[in-house]
Amino acid sequence: MNLINPNFISFVILALIAVGASLGVVFCKNPVRSAICLVISFCVLAVLYFTLSAEMLGITQIVVYAGAIMVLFLFVVMLLTTANQESLNPKLDWRLILASLFAVGLIAVIGFRALLPFNQTITPRAPDGYGGPQELGMALFTRFGYPFEAISLLLMVGIVGSILLAKRRVR
Amino acid sequence: MPIFMVMPLCIWLERRLLAFMQDRLGPNRVGPMGLLQPVADGAKLFFKEDIMPAGVDRFIYILAPAVALFPAVTLGAVVPYAAPIGTYGLLTPVADVNIGVLYILAMSSLGVYGTVFAGYSGNNKFSLLGGLRASAQLISYELAMGMALACMVMVSGSLKISDIVLSQESPLWGIKGVDIENWNAFTPFGFLAMIIFLVCMIAETNRPPFDLPEAENELVAGYHTEYSSMKFATFYMGEYLAMLMFGTVFASVFLGGYNFLPINWHAWAMANSGAAPLCDFMEKFSYYLGPVWLLGKAIGVVVGYIWIRATLPRLRYDQLMNLGWRTLLPAAVGNLMVVALWITATATYGTGIGWLITLVVMAIWLGIYAVTVRINRSKGIQFEERSVMMVNPSVTTISANDKSPEAVVL
Amino acid sequence: MNGVPLGGYLLLGLLMFAIGVLGVVLRRSPVVIFMCIELMLNAANLTFLSFARYLPSLRSDDPAMLSRQAVSGEMMVIFVMAIAAAEVAVGLGIIMAIFRLRDKVDVDDLNVLRG
Repeated sequence: MNLINPNFISFVILALIAVGASLGVVFCKNPVRSAICLVISFCVLAVLYFTLSAEMLGITQIVVYAGAIMVLFLFVVMLLTTANQESLNPKLDWRLILASLFAVGLIAVIGFRALLPFNQTITPRAPDGYGGPQELGMALFTRFGYPFEAISLLLMVGIVGSILLAKRRVR
Repeated sequence: MPIFMVMPLCIWLERRLLAFMQDRLGPNRVGPMGLLQPVADGAKLFFKEDIMPAGVDRFIYILAPAVALFPAVTLGAVVPYAAPIGTYGLLTPVADVNIGVLYILAMSSLGVYGTVFAGYSGNNKFSLLGGLRASAQLISYELAMGMALACMVMVSGSLKISDIVLSQESPLWGIKGVDIENWNAFTPFGFLAMIIFLVCMIAETNRPPFDLPEAENELVAGYHTEYSSMKFATFYMGEYLAMLMFGTVFASVFLGGYNFLPINWHAWAMANSGAAPLCDFMEKFSYYLGPVWLLGKAIGVVVGYIWIRATLPRLRYDQLMNLGWRTLLPAAVGNLMVVALWITATATYGTGIGWLITLVVMAIWLGIYAVTVRINRSKGIQFEERSVMMVNPSVTTISANDKSPEAVVL
Repeated sequence: MNGVPLGGYLLLGLLMFAIGVLGVVLRRSPVVIFMCIELMLNAANLTFLSFARYLPSLRSDDPAMLSRQAVSGEMMVIFVMAIAAAEVAVGLGIIMAIFRLRDKVDVDDLNVLRG
């Protein structure tokens, strides 16, 4: 198994940045810095999607997640930062130890059961239009027509709900 | 790379042209006709003292100008600068990905962050509110921009911008045998999409008349209050680069990109062989100078920007939001439906009847749209009520003989 | 990609998911908890996409079957993105509404419905 090739090295670099950004989300005291770390991790994930030949999804990730959802998060965080930030930090020691043990246990269990079988280097063969917008569009409108309509209904319900929640009470 | 050299030309052009339109002379001392003025500007900004206010979040403060500049620079990576055949085959565009149009949308979405971080890191409430208002404006106009681009994507059938330019080389309106090319600006729905995209482009780059968040006399210079010297120069550069890049995108998608004139020289030469040498020459002229035509069109768009700046007054914030959500977005969605109708009608019934059906439906839809917009404007709350509600949100109704202080002020 | 084993992508997804779980348990501000939920959703997206890319070539060699199975994974990712977007909009609206009632937002204080 020849792991020292440029693809793998760039993947490792991207993965390290992604994991670092995720740790930044969890452990930053300032919520604005957490949000910035999350934006970085989304952009790195988009690059990883590009390496998986899913270019349409990668660019959609940037447009939707990094471009819209995170701007929404940043709005709320910047408008809601209060003076006393210390109470919102992870400070409880027994909780930290317990949660870390749980996380390590999760990684170990799933790792040994599900990851080890996939450890050999496979060279996947991507079909011609894989990940391109044409193929996704065709599938979305033909095979996945019902979920598509359901999702559009869900998004409309989300719009109505968020506008209702944000309206001021008119006295 | 050539874009970085054209950008100082943009800065000079803005100051000279704006001055010309305002009946005064612009900078004309620094070089011949003031052409070295951007150099002088850069030198001045470089030597200014670089202040970092107390209490700012240092990391975000330093990061913000870089985050503002980065999307503006990378926006033009998917635009084809010349026809991708022959000599120019390897040069253009920088990244011919299958998703060109979405890449443009993604980069303009990332451009919001520069504004947000600049506003937040200023450590004062005015800067924060200015930044948040600017980013709300930006994300509002992104939607209509995406819809307008989606219309053109549907017409040309591919997300690659080079394919959109190639599809504009087909005969005008699908009529066979006509030698005029089908630039998207000549089709009715393309024209409407062009206008929508133009307005959204001006809003996306925070230019007048949409520059409320950064106006000097509005909000203490808005979200870049706390920036000086090189960081401010970065914002300044980023704004002009974004204008130029959006100009190239606009020229590629709506104005035929690197083609010189909307005439298909090749077909004309084949039709009447007497004019063959002229057509050959014009074809080579149009091909080899491809980048020059594209940049020329982009500079034309920049001149349009400057012209609009000199002409129109600034929009108030609620007028701006109303324009984005209640006027442009329904127009863009309606345009999308008309394009879909055109595609099905021409596929099913052939070119002539398809266009007839499309034009009839488009006229009906425009009529309905105008009538409903008229009804919305006349009904609904009046200007005075809305102004009072902006000042004191607990007042919800106001009548003619109301003697409360808010009403008397008006 | 040619040189990267599938286990690499899956391990990355797993790590991000575990870190997200850590964040949901440890942090006390609802907005940051929301961000960690988004992190978990993205880790799941990465897992879906890597399986969509790698698995079909393990099973069969027929190109039509390959693309058919791969597209299902990508569709799942599209739907997860749409659901996450709707969820963020409504969830942040709820958080803003709570913030209007009480000035400090701390998840441990939101126990009015506790039985």
